Amino acid sequence: MFSRDTWKEIFETIQKNKLRTFLSGFTVALGILIFVSLYGLGNGLINTFDKFFQDDATNTIFLFPGRTSIPYKGYKSERLIEFDNSDVEDIKKNFAMFVEYTTPRIERNALVKYREESNNYQTRAVDWAHQFAEKTIIMKGRYLNVEDIKNKTKHAVIGRLVEKDLFSGRESMGKYIDVGGSVFKVVGVFQDDGGDDEERRIYIPYTTRQRIEKNIDEVDFMIVGFKPEIGYAGAMALQNSIDKYLKDKKFISPDDRNGIFIRNIADQLKQNQQFASVLQLIVTFVAIGTIIAGIIGISNIMVFVVKERTKELGIRKALGATPKAVIRSILLESVFITTISGFIGMLVGIAILRSLGNELEDYFILNPYISTGLAVMATLMLIFFGALAGYVPARRAARIKPIIALRDE
Amino acid sequence: MATMIEIKDLHKSYQMGKNSLHVLKGIDFSAEEGELVAIMGSSGSGKSTLLNILGLLDVADSGEYLLDGKLIKNLNETKAAKYRNKFLGFIFQSFNLINYKSALENVTLPLYYQGVNRKERQRKAMKYLEMVGLKEWSHHLPNELSGGQKQRVAIARAMVGEPKVILADELTGALDSTTSYEVMDVIQKINDQGNTILVVTHENDIAHMCKRIIYLKDGVIEEDKKIKQVRASEYVQ
Repeated sequence: MFSRDTWKEIFETIQKNKLRTFLSGFTVALGILIFVSLYGLGNGLINTFDKFFQDDATNTIFLFPGRTSIPYKGYKSERLIEFDNSDVEDIKKNFAMFVEYTTPRIERNALVKYREESNNYQTRAVDWAHQFAEKTIIMKGRYLNVEDIKNKTKHAVIGRLVEKDLFSGRESMGKYIDVGGSVFKVVGVFQDDGGDDEERRIYIPYTTRQRIEKNIDEVDFMIVGFKPEIGYAGAMALQNSIDKYLKDKKFISPDDRNGIFIRNIADQLKQNQQFASVLQLIVTFVAIGTIIAGIIGISNIMVFVVKERTKELGIRKALGATPKAVIRSILLESVFITTISGFIGMLVGIAILRSLGNELEDYFILNPYISTGLAVMATLMLIFFGALAGYVPARRAARIKPIIALRDE
Repeated sequence: MATMIEIKDLHKSYQMGKNSLHVLKGIDFSAEEGELVAIMGSSGSGKSTLLNILGLLDVADSGEYLLDGKLIKNLNETKAAKYRNKFLGFIFQSFNLINYKSALENVTLPLYYQGVNRKERQRKAMKYLEMVGLKEWSHHLPNELSGGQKQRVAIARAMVGEPKVILADELTGALDSTTSYEVMDVIQKINDQGNTILVVTHENDIAHMCKRIIYLKDGVIEEDKKIKQVRASEYVQ
């Protein structure tokens, strides 16, 4: 089967039937190319959705105060709800079994200056654990720590682009910046995968912000980081428990949907994952459709090829070709062409995806890719089914009586 | 001399819709080694059917067929292909050359199916092409050759496997008379070397270049006679 002579005979046939070879090869290569490209672009779409959650932790619940809409326990509606430090501590204490950390956040925009350079940035006054919620990556120095919170220090951790804007390549660590009239020492520089906006922020201790603002203990909102092991169901249950607890504490009707707003990232992530799964399913369906179309294409060509070669096969049989030899020559030729062109199509597809990179980010396609294993598997599948599809007409050709085949025009 | 072909009471019918057409109605004959036999008959007499059965391209309904002393019976297609390759050489009216293969490659084909190595195949094929006077044309494709040249390539291909019997079906049917005589000259020379050849023809002059003529009529042998062979070389310039 793999004798040099057999292959030489096949190469000769391929070489002398260029159009036939090209058509067969082109069908297979195109099929695989479309499969790889489609699948890769589908993955690129999924990457875009995943990216929304990449730069932040997904085991977090955001709690925002609102304004009541239902009178409750002697309180009128339209009451403004506020969160303070005790709320943060109470949640940490009462839900300790499920909660990894809590952090308040107070956001203010401020004019920030260093020597002659100045710009407006958002400051975020937070607890030290906020770094986990935001997945902050420290490039230099350190993040805020327990001592900063406890001692209400005037320490700031600045974003990479804040450093770039204000320090223009000079060293920022240990330098003092003016944040809205208060001087803070830079103790760290961070980067964030969430994009440029995220890196134009400054983190300071929330206790320091509260002292600057006349020793108040109010916070804008709270972030609760739950233990990942509680899973999606646990996160939803925790969200309901915290909601109930806070409504009890703040005298908000259990039916009031406006007193407190909760954003559970786990829930959003699940919805996103469901969407991504459906998207993946559609892409897979279309991609498999392409492969099937390729197999049908190859089958058609094989039927045509065998029909075209009927007389030749009759001559060969008259000269001594056995049915097995006829099937073997047709199949080996087909498998050889599909293998070479299939892998060419696959490599071209992968090269196209690689060359695209993030070029299509504006069209929500980020870093399109296909795993090499999957691409190879799809190619092998096409080769296998292509061979199988070729076997049927090859067997039929082998069964034709030579005298009938010789009469074929 | 050994008997190369022996058939006894050979019958063959074809089903034409609801009707059965009885083409061969009990043929008996034998051919000795080195004979050059012409099988003649009008259209529909059964001469091509007989040749196809002798060439294992078709199967008789009943009767006995011995090829070089071997009983040919109940052969499956694989075995029939091997027998064709080993014992028989074919020359067809329409040449039946593979059009994308050169003359040399066409001639090597029977040897390829015999499992002969490439170098030996080419050496032997070249030898037979030289014998039919086409050494210089060995790398030409069939469409670059004249009718006579194509038939000579087909003769070389029939010869290359050194078969016991060569079967020729209307081998001059597509050729003009001069070329036909040239081809018959080659056939006679091959026969002179001891090869057994059966020629189906409806041309009287071609038949008389053989040593024996069998006349078929309505599926039976009407006449079987030895003749004085006319040498084709007398008509070739």
